[in-house]
Amino acid sequence: MNDFMTVLPEATLTALACLVLIVDVFRRSDAVNVTFWAAVFSVLLVLSQVAIYFPEQSGLAFHGTFVHDPMAAVLKSFMLVVMLLSFFYARDYFQRRGSTQTEFYILALFAGIGMMVLISAHSLLTVYLGLELLSLSLYAMVAMTRDSVEASEAAMKYFVLGALASGMLLYGMSMLYGVAGTLDLGALSGAVADESRHLLFTFGLVFVLIGIAFKLGVAPFHMWVPDVYQGAPTPVTLFLGSAPKLAAFAMAIRVLADGLGALAGEWQTMLVLLAILSMAIGNIVAIAQTNIKRMLAYSTISHMGFLLLGLIAANAIGYAASMFYVIVYAIMSMGAFGAVIMLSGPGQESDRLQDFAGLARRSPWIGFLMMILMFSLAGVPPFAGFWAKWFVLKEVIAAGNAWLAAVAVLFSLIGAFYYLRVIKLMYFDEPESPRAAVGAGEDAHLVFSVNGIAVLLLGFLPGSLMSVCLAAMLVNGG
Amino acid sequence: MLALADFLIIGAILFCLSVAGIFINRKNVIVLLMCIELMLLSVNMNFIAFSHFNGDVAGQVFVFFILTVAAAEAAIGLAILVVLFRNRNSINVEDLDLMKG
Repeated sequence: MNDFMTVLPEATLTALACLVLIVDVFRRSDAVNVTFWAAVFSVLLVLSQVAIYFPEQSGLAFHGTFVHDPMAAVLKSFMLVVMLLSFFYARDYFQRRGSTQTEFYILALFAGIGMMVLISAHSLLTVYLGLELLSLSLYAMVAMTRDSVEASEAAMKYFVLGALASGMLLYGMSMLYGVAGTLDLGALSGAVADESRHLLFTFGLVFVLIGIAFKLGVAPFHMWVPDVYQGAPTPVTLFLGSAPKLAAFAMAIRVLADGLGALAGEWQTMLVLLAILSMAIGNIVAIAQTNIKRMLAYSTISHMGFLLLGLIAANAIGYAASMFYVIVYAIMSMGAFGAVIMLSGPGQESDRLQDFAGLARRSPWIGFLMMILMFSLAGVPPFAGFWAKWFVLKEVIAAGNAWLAAVAVLFSLIGAFYYLRVIKLMYFDEPESPRAAVGAGEDAHLVFSVNGIAVLLLGFLPGSLMSVCLAAMLVNGG
Repeated sequence: MLALADFLIIGAILFCLSVAGIFINRKNVIVLLMCIELMLLSVNMNFIAFSHFNGDVAGQVFVFFILTVAAAEAAIGLAILVVLFRNRNSINVEDLDLMKG
């Protein structure tokens, strides 16, 4: 396959994103759906391209800066599906508010290009460029509702901390480049194998790891997560809490496993600390929250800590377990924020926990699906979230870290409390004031149902997705 | 003749100054943006020094990309700053405390 065929999905998405931008400029001011459907068809077209050109083994393009392998194709497909569903949620949210803003779709498409480049990065340069395209789009998305005080404050915090993280990452990259004399991740992994320069490489590694931890939202680099999740408009929170996690995971695999695999001994120790801290902070602080978006933000922190556990095993099966985890997590968190979107009506955000009281009687089907999502996030069998935790813990124990698995289970138990509290609120509590049934549109109902049922199905058939992840990772490692 | 270490020390000093600026500054968001720019420039210093002493051009190419991205980043940062100022009538860092917990 020649170089241009390899980047066909990225090139198509870039062209289509620009096209959607032009369409958006020339549409009638009330014809929001034109932009929406253009964006949806763009994503569908790119998704079909990714599926058609699914690679058997990994191949490099553009002088080794871009890699096309099964892991990239799987993560890109899920990223695009998540993006597609988030468009439908977002349309429902903006429609019911009478808002004619369409920046969401366009910025999401550009963020999508960034994520695809990041997922396929095989050079420090492409890692940086993909990450920045993603981050810059996200900063703008958070600030999208111009009149919201919270959103602009959240955007400013996100921007400053995100830029700080990029700076750290770059400083680490400059050190790695200086010691190895190359930007290529393949050549870098060869250079790192030289024992005599381990100390210098470790210096660079620390900075790079801080950058990755910031982007994943892992404690102690999690300060931005709660504020941004709470302050951003809910569809933006939904988007930035799901799809970019897939890309950040790919970045961790590319840089740590592919590039700095020989330093596994060093980064394993650091990841153990980060993982324990995030599970502790995420699960314990989430209990004290009264705002569901903020609660889900702390839940993200704890889930990202759990995700790191799979990387600690430092072998293909462990990476596959983490990959399964991040895919399932993206679907679950999308559903949970989707429920917040469905509940909020025109002129009012339903993001307090109290807004969920009595939901099961008002709208039984939405309450039921939300219950599935909450059980799944808590890791109750037989839902998808349970299998995600199970596969990761199995690898942690196989790597001889039984104590770490015990700590993880303990914090998950603590975490189960605040998920179950939402279920209690929905099924057993009365709302403060009588409220009408959920007024979301039919397509939002449909997407939310698909989302909840996907979590249920993945819970009954976890093997199929896991075998896909494992096959992808074995090609990557071999 | 300056050695590689001299350039790296300058880079490290600039980097530390910018990180310290971000954490110590409690007055003005614009100073934060300046610190971020300084941070990226200190990294550029590192890249150019390594590129020169290793005899490899890739580092200098990287610098061009960083400069371009830094320009885009500054544009977005200032745009967010304008939005923030219109909503709050203040660009004081200490006033950014609406959300806590």
